[in-house]
Amino acid sequence: LTEIAAELRERLRAVKHTVLVLSGKGGVGKSTFSAILAHGLAADEAKQVALLDIDICGPSIPKMMGLEGEQVSKYSNVMFKGFLLKNLGVMSVGFLLSSPDDAVIWRGPKKNGLIKQFLRDVDWGEIDYLIVDTPPGTSDEHLSIVQYLSAAHIDGAVIITTPQEVSLQDVRKEINFCHKVKLPVIGVVENMSGFICPKCKNCRILTLIFLLSQNESQIFPPTTGGAEKMCQNLNVSLLGKVPLDPQIGKSCDKGQSFLSEAPESPATSSYRNIIQSKSDSHSAKASSQLWALLQYIKVLYRSMLFCHK
Amino acid sequence: MEEVAAGEKSNLAGVRHILLVLSGKGGVGKSTISTELALSLRHSGKKVGILDVDLCGPSIPRMFRVQDNDVHQCDSGWVPVFVDQDKSISLMSIGFLLEKPDDAVVWRGPKKNALIKQFVADVAWGDLDFLIVDTPPGTSDEHISTVEALRPYKPLGAILVTTPQAVSVGDVRRELTFCKKTGLRVLGIVENMSGFVCPHCSECTNIFSKGGGEELAKHAGVPFLGCVPLDPQLSQSLEEGRDFIQEFPKSSAFPALTHIAQQILDGTSQRSS
Repeated sequence: LTEIAAELRERLRAVKHTVLVLSGKGGVGKSTFSAILAHGLAADEAKQVALLDIDICGPSIPKMMGLEGEQVSKYSNVMFKGFLLKNLGVMSVGFLLSSPDDAVIWRGPKKNGLIKQFLRDVDWGEIDYLIVDTPPGTSDEHLSIVQYLSAAHIDGAVIITTPQEVSLQDVRKEINFCHKVKLPVIGVVENMSGFICPKCKNCRILTLIFLLSQNESQIFPPTTGGAEKMCQNLNVSLLGKVPLDPQIGKSCDKGQSFLSEAPESPATSSYRNIIQSKSDSHSAKASSQLWALLQYIKVLYRSMLFCHK
Repeated sequence: MEEVAAGEKSNLAGVRHILLVLSGKGGVGKSTISTELALSLRHSGKKVGILDVDLCGPSIPRMFRVQDNDVHQCDSGWVPVFVDQDKSISLMSIGFLLEKPDDAVVWRGPKKNALIKQFVADVAWGDLDFLIVDTPPGTSDEHISTVEALRPYKPLGAILVTTPQAVSVGDVRRELTFCKKTGLRVLGIVENMSGFVCPHCSECTNIFSKGGGEELAKHAGVPFLGCVPLDPQLSQSLEEGRDFIQEFPKSSAFPALTHIAQQILDGTSQRSS
């Protein structure tokens, strides 16, 4: 095991930041967030970004990145090359399947083996940001990725939820998982916080979940106070709330970047500023880099909110 | 393993039909469909059990508002949690076994498999018309173990749940392959969250697009069981653990849900006649 750890440490030495995207619950927007974050970070062409999808049984990243049907070229038996979108490398089990109907019916050990291979054998090059998209739960994939990445530096986890208690109860478990494996929680993102009807237009954004505007409907009601209350109770920060927007789902289905679809958004310039400040802080301490990342994610989400106005 | 059914009386001997609710994708409404199917079947006078094999994210206890209940032992094994006094719906979930509701079940495959085997063998269900098995997303340990453990009891088949988006339909295609490979019959596909009727202007928006489930069913040559619209009254009922089928017969999701249950009932009566 120490041999593997040493090998992985060697491979991952060039990775400056690692962020895991987690949620106990499925279908809350982990892959959507991962894709948007990767696109957003890669907007700075001087940065190398890698997006690793470790959802082995249900990989969504190829489709969301518009890379469905792509196959990864194999140098030899073990060497894969992550697919590159300019300065954005993407790796997913989806690239290893020959048909969209192929099911990966694997138990834990085999999944763990592939995750290790993804970290060890993918020719990522120098990476500034490694974003890891995960399946729901607190099991093999999660334990393995944390274990394998312990050799490298993990900034922490961004946890995704929706407002309902049914989702929050799983997310609280995920936060407990993070505490157990000593994975720092960067913060929580609440997705699908409300729905803005495209017909009755003058809809406003849900900034406070309890201050509902007239035209906003709650499909997934926050009966226990939503992510806001959970974050207060668990002492973690809430990075943002995003309403349900049919456009986000459509962008993901088409594999386009939601952010580039709305380039005039007033937030675009401000998140470029954040990227700037983040580059400046590279020489500074890790904690300030983490802070910059956190700010960046907040602005990223705010920019998504602006797109509705 | 096969000799279980032949030898001593198994805990599943009194269960007439076993069906699994599957989806490659998380958060598409497997537990919702399991719950509403159980409520609809009860409405038709059936006795129903739900076995929740989602060990890392159990939702079933909360959806029936019995999350504070504990599981007790009897001579033949674990006594399931009953939802009502008539004992018409009984539940088993890891949620009842946790000390604190927020405890994370940080288990790798082998431990999960052991518990699933125990769930299949050791729960004293008694007589049931239907046992619905609610599963986590994916095609991995829980699914392989559940299908293997249930094989001697000849499950009726699986209901696959999807949402209309391509991203979700893609995962369900893989789940169809799983069913084919494991010899599990596909009873049909349900498309959940098929559209949202704005309560303010009655405009129906297909938030997650529409028709993906039906198209997939056609493509795969399996029955399409129907579209369930996004219905705030439904999600509210599930949050509060209320009987949606009893309380909201006029809501938009009601006819869709009861129609699914009816097709299951029709299928089983055809089979036995």
